[in-house]
Amino acid sequence: MTTTLSRRFFLTTAVVAGGGLLLGFNIPTEAEAALAPVQGEGWKPPVGGVEINAWLTIDPQGVVTIRIPHTEMGQGGMTSVAQLVAEELNVPWRNVRAVFADANRNVTRGNEYQDMSTGGSNLVRNRHPHIMQAGASARERLREAAAKRWGVSRADVKAEQGMLSAGGKSGSYGEFASDAAAIKLAEEPKIKKYGDWWLLGKDVPRMDVAVKVNGSAVYPIDVRVPGMAYAAVRACPVPGGKVKSFDAAAIKDRPGVIAVIELKQTKDKLANTDMRSAVAVVADSFYRAKVALDLLPIEWDFGPGAQNSYAKMDSAARALMGQEGKHAEEVRGDPRPILAAGGKTVTGDYSRPYETHVPMSPPAAVADVKPDRIDVWSFTQNVQATLLLAAEQAGRNPKDVFVHGTFQGGAFGNGNAVDITRQAVELSKQVGRPVKVIWSREEDTAQARSRPPIWARFEAVLGDDGLPKAMISRAVAESMQPAYADRGLANMPYTIPHYRYERHVVPTNIPVGPNRAPGNNNNGFTIEQFADELALAGGWDPLEWRLKMTEGNERWQRVLLKLKEVSGFTTKLPKGTGMGIAVIESHGATVGACATVEVSRRGALSIEKILIVSNTGYVINPRAATEQVKGCVAWELSHALYGGLDVRDGRVQNTNFDSYKIMRMPDMPTVESVFAMSQDNWWGGFGETAGPPTPPAVANAIFFATGKRIRSTPILKHDLKWA
Amino acid sequence: MKLSLTVNGATHEVDVEPETPLLWVLRDTIGLTGTKYGCGIAQCGACTVHIDGQPAKACNVNAAAAVGRKITTIEGLSPDSSHPVQKAWIDLTVPQCGYCQSGQIMAAAALLARTPSPTDSQIDEAMAGNLCRCGTYIQIREAIHAAAKMGA
Repeated sequence: MTTTLSRRFFLTTAVVAGGGLLLGFNIPTEAEAALAPVQGEGWKPPVGGVEINAWLTIDPQGVVTIRIPHTEMGQGGMTSVAQLVAEELNVPWRNVRAVFADANRNVTRGNEYQDMSTGGSNLVRNRHPHIMQAGASARERLREAAAKRWGVSRADVKAEQGMLSAGGKSGSYGEFASDAAAIKLAEEPKIKKYGDWWLLGKDVPRMDVAVKVNGSAVYPIDVRVPGMAYAAVRACPVPGGKVKSFDAAAIKDRPGVIAVIELKQTKDKLANTDMRSAVAVVADSFYRAKVALDLLPIEWDFGPGAQNSYAKMDSAARALMGQEGKHAEEVRGDPRPILAAGGKTVTGDYSRPYETHVPMSPPAAVADVKPDRIDVWSFTQNVQATLLLAAEQAGRNPKDVFVHGTFQGGAFGNGNAVDITRQAVELSKQVGRPVKVIWSREEDTAQARSRPPIWARFEAVLGDDGLPKAMISRAVAESMQPAYADRGLANMPYTIPHYRYERHVVPTNIPVGPNRAPGNNNNGFTIEQFADELALAGGWDPLEWRLKMTEGNERWQRVLLKLKEVSGFTTKLPKGTGMGIAVIESHGATVGACATVEVSRRGALSIEKILIVSNTGYVINPRAATEQVKGCVAWELSHALYGGLDVRDGRVQNTNFDSYKIMRMPDMPTVESVFAMSQDNWWGGFGETAGPPTPPAVANAIFFATGKRIRSTPILKHDLKWA
Repeated sequence: MKLSLTVNGATHEVDVEPETPLLWVLRDTIGLTGTKYGCGIAQCGACTVHIDGQPAKACNVNAAAAVGRKITTIEGLSPDSSHPVQKAWIDLTVPQCGYCQSGQIMAAAALLARTPSPTDSQIDEAMAGNLCRCGTYIQIREAIHAAAKMGA
């Protein structure tokens, strides 16, 4: 790989990504320029390219600039989109550049990019058809342009590696770009299938590395516009509560303070994009705003939520686990009479607490509300949704709102619905100048939509063959988004003849939202430990049990057989060491994990290795996929080992990294990533799917090492010593 | 209060409260946004800079204490991303979201300056103060070894 870079410049004219609209700002690097991939010398910002379609431009030298409608938040989506387009367009990767696509264009020109959201591991698995189509369409129009100029048929024109040729004639894509832009195809081409790929399936380096090693990549928190003020905000620390009063006079003479503004809750019942009741201090620097806010006397009406605590939810949930659930689905037969009749029964209770995202960048947003237009840079996983939110908050026509793409400093699901955009727009509107809002880490942890807790009880009766013949899974979910609890339980893959899933709900005031493999991240821990309990109670090897219980399920069999082949899984290790396996299907992917652990007699846990076997159907970029696998393992181990939000008095108490712990480098085990692809015309995702099987694999390994079953997280709060 | 700070070899006259954390002076007053805010309490390392060659958390150093000292930020580590740590980070495509990486790179560069060929455990010890929520720790460790081979 070439590593020469020459990229420390400041654009004097920020270009609105994709749309070519000009703003009179000086912004230190911007999306259009910030994305110089690692492509050696001679790179310069693409200018003067001809737009072939909404997705790409080609300049006279044949440099292709691909517009990325989706958020780059670390998952590598920018590189994936470019790779999918380049596959069909058939251009050398060194000629490919990327810019963020323009949400305003999508709103005003009929959804040319279709859906601009980024989440659910959807980008490659569900959007590759229309992304590849854009590249294929451009390629065919280039061929048609050459055919016309040369007086041959399109079928005779080859389009390969950025060159068009027919007979003895040839020319670069750049030479035909203008002609191609004017061509309309009678019929759109079909996209390529696996087997015809030349670029998909190959290791491609991320396009955004160069700007992420020298401080030049721009995140919302880094955006600076002339005349900008800074705001620190505090929403009611008890979600659902409201501002009662505050004493602005107490801080109005603090240095730099411009305004103290109450942000009104937008609706009585809050949805995730509604603005919460909060107070903002606007000042001439963030630090001055934050200090003044810390000194501002605020009286809150906490409301009934202040009575809530995790301990109360936990005892209510444990009481409910003994009662038949109200919600039942995916019923197969009826296990109830079989369980009532008794026999060899196995039961297991599991729970996991609230967790939170803490992306390394706390949420930030800049809004500049002017009479004729609004410009926004914000924490988001969907620039179009952010645009519509800003328009609504300001009471403006969406066509006058421009949301500019930036990198995101992590998001992990929490960028889907954040009212920080509303806060920035409202404050800019009120103070009449651009405003940057930054949430302190404490505000982020207190206000982020948390990952929901789960409680689950499993009851099963075994048959003479040691396999379960009837089983009930009973989850207790929190009340904000209880359906997350269903994932992995309602669709549990093991073929038990009589199976029923039930769900209870306990009330809470803590808002929740998606968090990297939502639902599955909790239920991996519950169902995959109970699977081991069932197997061992029936005298089965855990791996052989899973193979038996998923017979005929090709995607699972492939993962399990690969695990058997490469993991060396055994239950026969000396005490103090253990291996554990687990498999979870989520986001279209079936992913298995094998953990190897050591536990000292005094209970010190050491995770030696995590092996991940992924079946996502296909993999377009093995290198990027492997990076995501490692990241997912770290993500889930953080919560499994250390996590747990401390919810008391209706609020999150542990709001910074001193009290909410995540993995650090010394904690990181070796991770090996292996693929076992079905290639069966079914695509799964990589951005979150290696996480869910990791904690149960570790917990199952701890059981074999110590004889102790881990029924809740964080694991490190359990006494693991053995004799 | 007017203070004079030396950052990346240049002198900046800034007018801030003396207790203002260096982090915010770098970002908001001087405009060097490569140094990141992550926690404000010296727990995450996203704001790691060099002060007189030693790694320091810029959120935990006030502006007055930085006067007269040589401050280096990610923007000043090399003029063209040619520091061996940056080269190794590119070769191994370490960053994912990238937000913590300025701090990771500054911490790694400081480690290699005092320990040119660190062991895994020396790396773990030196880098334990730098969080990465994307979980790039394995790649960071490999890249530090690679940078060491280049002679950081």
